[in-house]
Amino acid sequence: MEFIKKNKAFCLFALLALLIILGAVFAPVLTGGVSPTDAVLRDALQAPSAKHICGTDKLGRDVFARVIYGARTSLTATFAVVAIIFALGSVLGVLAGYFGGWVDTIIMRVADMMVSFPGMVFAIAIAGILGASVKNAVIAVALVSWTKYARLARSLVLKIRNRDFVSAAIVTGSKTPYILTKYMLPNVIPTLVITAATDIGGMMLELAGLSFLGFGAKAPTPEWGLMLNEGRQFISNAPWMMFYPGLAIFVVVVVFNLLGDALRDVLDPRNE
Amino acid sequence: MNAKQLGKRLLQIVIVALGITFLTFLITYLAPGDPVRTMFAATGVVPSEELVQETREEMGLNRPVLVQYFDWLTGCLRGDFGTSYSFHKPVSALLLARLWPTLKLSLMSMVLMLLVAVPIGMAQATHKNSPIDYALRGITFFGVSMPNFWVGMLLMLFFCVRLKWLPVVCSGGDFKSLILPAVTLAFAMSAKYTRQVRTAIVEELSQDYVIGARARGVPEWKILWCNVFPNSLLPLITMLGLSLGSLLGGTAVVEVIFTYPGLGNLAVSAITSYDYPLIQGYVLWISLIYMLVNLAVDISYSYVDPRMREKR
Repeated sequence: MEFIKKNKAFCLFALLALLIILGAVFAPVLTGGVSPTDAVLRDALQAPSAKHICGTDKLGRDVFARVIYGARTSLTATFAVVAIIFALGSVLGVLAGYFGGWVDTIIMRVADMMVSFPGMVFAIAIAGILGASVKNAVIAVALVSWTKYARLARSLVLKIRNRDFVSAAIVTGSKTPYILTKYMLPNVIPTLVITAATDIGGMMLELAGLSFLGFGAKAPTPEWGLMLNEGRQFISNAPWMMFYPGLAIFVVVVVFNLLGDALRDVLDPRNE
Repeated sequence: MNAKQLGKRLLQIVIVALGITFLTFLITYLAPGDPVRTMFAATGVVPSEELVQETREEMGLNRPVLVQYFDWLTGCLRGDFGTSYSFHKPVSALLLARLWPTLKLSLMSMVLMLLVAVPIGMAQATHKNSPIDYALRGITFFGVSMPNFWVGMLLMLFFCVRLKWLPVVCSGGDFKSLILPAVTLAFAMSAKYTRQVRTAIVEELSQDYVIGARARGVPEWKILWCNVFPNSLLPLITMLGLSLGSLLGGTAVVEVIFTYPGLGNLAVSAITSYDYPLIQGYVLWISLIYMLVNLAVDISYSYVDPRMREKR
């Protein structure tokens, strides 16, 4: 209770984020059993009404149902990206920082290379070449984003690498894997969690952008970026097709950005 | 920046370009798509297995990946970036034709972005923690969270479809077709940049010399524009160079929305038709542009900040 009182903003945004996730999980309940992929051609391009509160698309599918189910695709893909870059970045960063030498050189040179290059351009190329699928979009975004985490983890490890408690652990015969998991990782995790939390929104935008270009989710899948792309052709006679998916991305990104900022305030009180 | 540092940076650029292009090459090699079949599919011919093999042989696609890469690389050094599979034209000619529209779009959106972000960030910093600051901070927060392709489509809906002021298809290359893509790109960027301007100015305002100037009775506007602003230029220019990266990625999306004839649009069509030489050329060119601009930014430091000149 004390925690809630102290961190009102964080709890509010966490609740909202939880609602979004629950909405995605219980999508069938929320849509009242309307399928997001059922095409009813004679209902095509209907304006929002009591029956279809967000209208229907070119194949007569219910836009509301598609938006709700789209949350599943977007959220899973985004969390997958964040989990991958978090794991990859922290492990590689810790290794680079702890061992130094050629391990450090190789990992950091690759990271340097990625930083000195417009990431989104490369992500577009990779996702496109690998073929359009949510999985490949996730791979592409993860491939260009892990370096930030590796750098962060490395710098944090370097800070504590030569502290007395680490030397003591080595002298008393602790095994290297033990030192890495018990001393290095715990020192790295909090900062990386904050970074990951603030990155969720951005990752979601990038994934939706890839899908929008046609390098992410494929046709019948309800996915917001893809829906926007489909809606683009009908912008003059069915603007609701592009309005609601965009609104969904916007709302979800806002909530997760706010949550990330609030989490930073909770975990890192020094920050203004 | 002296000659030695410059040489080092140039070498680094070459290495990164090599690494990036090799990586792209490797991925195109390992990718499931087949450019030959895609090419035939585009012409409507169903090729026999022999024909496919023959064409592969002709295009040199059956050779080991390293040999292919090396061939391509030596070609690049001679200024020959290969021939596009889907357009049957030299890659360099195709890219060159699209380069200027994209640069025009990027520059225009950057100017727009600065016109919005600098005054707003400045106002926020000078009225720190006032209601104005909070309101503007809220607005920039929403701006950052808006997907730029949605912003683009909303603008299109409003100005092109409802008001009919501007063309829906911006392929003309005239000023009118530049407006909406540029505004769309500037929108998200200015939200991000406003925050950075605010932070930089706030930081600078807390310096001692500001108090000194105030104590001497220097007018506030003079302190702001003649002392604080020039001093905070350094981080702002750095950010500008770095934001070019997201700008170049962002143009791809925006160009597709507005069917604007730029590099990004070309790249997207190249990727969907497995046009490997064109993809390679695009990745190489964009990376070189990006890295050279950032090098220019670093060199410009010594002009913006005299302290850097003396130190070397």
